[in-house]
Amino acid sequence: MRDFFRKLLVSKWSKVAVFLFCLLPLGYLGLRAYQGEVTANPVEYIQHFTGDWTLRLLLITLSVTPLRKLLSLPNLIRFRRMLGLFAFSYACLHFLTYIGPDQSFSLSGMWKDVVKRPFVTVGFLGFVLLIPLALTSTKGWIRRLGGKRWQALHRLIYVTALCGVVHYYWLVKSDHRLPLLYGAILAALLLYRLVDSLLKPRPAVSVSPAS
Amino acid sequence: MSIHKEGDLTYADVTPRSVYFNRRQILRAMGIVGAAAIGGRVVSHLVSPETVALAGAKLNVTVKSPFSTTEKPNTFDDVTHYNNFYEFGTDKGDPAKYAKNFRTSPWTLTVEGEVKKPAQYSIEDIVKLAPLEERIYRHRCVEGWSMVVPWIGYSLSTLIKLSEPTEKARFVAFQSLYDPSQMPLAGRAGIDFPYVEGLRLDEAMNALTLLCVGMYGESLPNQDGAPVRLVVPWKYGFKSIKSIVKIRCVKGEPPTTWSRYAPTEYGFYSNVNPYVDHPRWSQATERRLGEILKRKTLMFNGYSDQVASLYAGMDLKKYY
Repeated sequence: MRDFFRKLLVSKWSKVAVFLFCLLPLGYLGLRAYQGEVTANPVEYIQHFTGDWTLRLLLITLSVTPLRKLLSLPNLIRFRRMLGLFAFSYACLHFLTYIGPDQSFSLSGMWKDVVKRPFVTVGFLGFVLLIPLALTSTKGWIRRLGGKRWQALHRLIYVTALCGVVHYYWLVKSDHRLPLLYGAILAALLLYRLVDSLLKPRPAVSVSPAS
Repeated sequence: MSIHKEGDLTYADVTPRSVYFNRRQILRAMGIVGAAAIGGRVVSHLVSPETVALAGAKLNVTVKSPFSTTEKPNTFDDVTHYNNFYEFGTDKGDPAKYAKNFRTSPWTLTVEGEVKKPAQYSIEDIVKLAPLEERIYRHRCVEGWSMVVPWIGYSLSTLIKLSEPTEKARFVAFQSLYDPSQMPLAGRAGIDFPYVEGLRLDEAMNALTLLCVGMYGESLPNQDGAPVRLVVPWKYGFKSIKSIVKIRCVKGEPPTTWSRYAPTEYGFYSNVNPYVDHPRWSQATERRLGEILKRKTLMFNGYSDQVASLYAGMDLKKYY
């Protein structure tokens, strides 16, 4: 069973499958929109939907490393870049619903909002920090930066995920169950890394670029 | 002469609790099944629980109010599927799903406190108490969306006057029904129930303040606060308390659900005010349901002519 799974992981089709999986939410959103099932406030619905999936994909991306080690499935690394880029794609859509319908594409209006409101500030910060990660996600950039520096840069995703959880928590009026759940998952994922780094002081890990 | 002693009765003689509580529904269902069997009537009524018999009933509206806006009302579908009614869940779509079987009949509304004539009204009394008016109001939620709704009812002052508030009455406190057995999702909301609200007596007596029993020509749908709610159009939507069971005239400012939950975010007054932001988001603009871009929010939600004088000399940044 395990061998079969390992083989499956390295097959090129597994990447296609993960790619399609990441597109499912978008397809679902499209279907809902087509059926007119996006509530009386479609902008808000799409905004919340894309925000939810940004956060979920960030958490899934952050689960790759712990799962690789805990399940001894190092090949899971093949999906990490794609998952991260999909998280960024949903974040872009989420940002578009804000800069467009909410701010009428006014940069000055957006900037005033970002500076004034902590809830928007953290969301915006989380988004901005993802941009360098998306830009340097290629093999070429890993080579140019060097594995160690590249890895250090990409730890910014921890900050982004934290921003995402806080952004969500501050948005909600009184029913905090979901933001707290995401927060707990993020805490577990970060705690794993902390414990892992404390337990075994290892030589520098070479970053394996996604194939 | 033989007299039954209490001991002669067993539990088998007692109507089961569930049957007792649902007796009207059971009787009605039996009646409808009978009628359907005999006359082959429309069977759709079979699936309509008792409450639907009340919600959706046509109301006899005789007055078109001068307070009505000429703006285009939102669709009935929008107003019944995008609701904040936390007793029935916190998602906007939850109330439409989970308030379906909410029992709104029989219903008793009590008026009490600092009044000379405390009173109790059935919902049938309430509907007949005064000529029903249609009032098309703008409705602005504290979350930054708005809609236009053709409500039906009459000024709350009509009801309050009947009970003759005493000299001591300065505020009016309102309370919603809270029945956990009918509101299983209420525990997740994060706020305390029963939901309570309040107005200053002069706000409550203002002609705009509507005691509302219907909308779109019909009695109120459950998810919109059936069978009787308040509509205070110049204040954020959460002040317009739903499914009211108690109205109490009081001396001091009564506690209100949202300001008790987060006093720095929601004040007692909560007048719509584009110049006083919520600590977490702007109140300068709003999205009208059905529109993409936001529009400017108006002071007192556009009802300054009627209500600005109530707050003359008050610092509305302090009394938000």
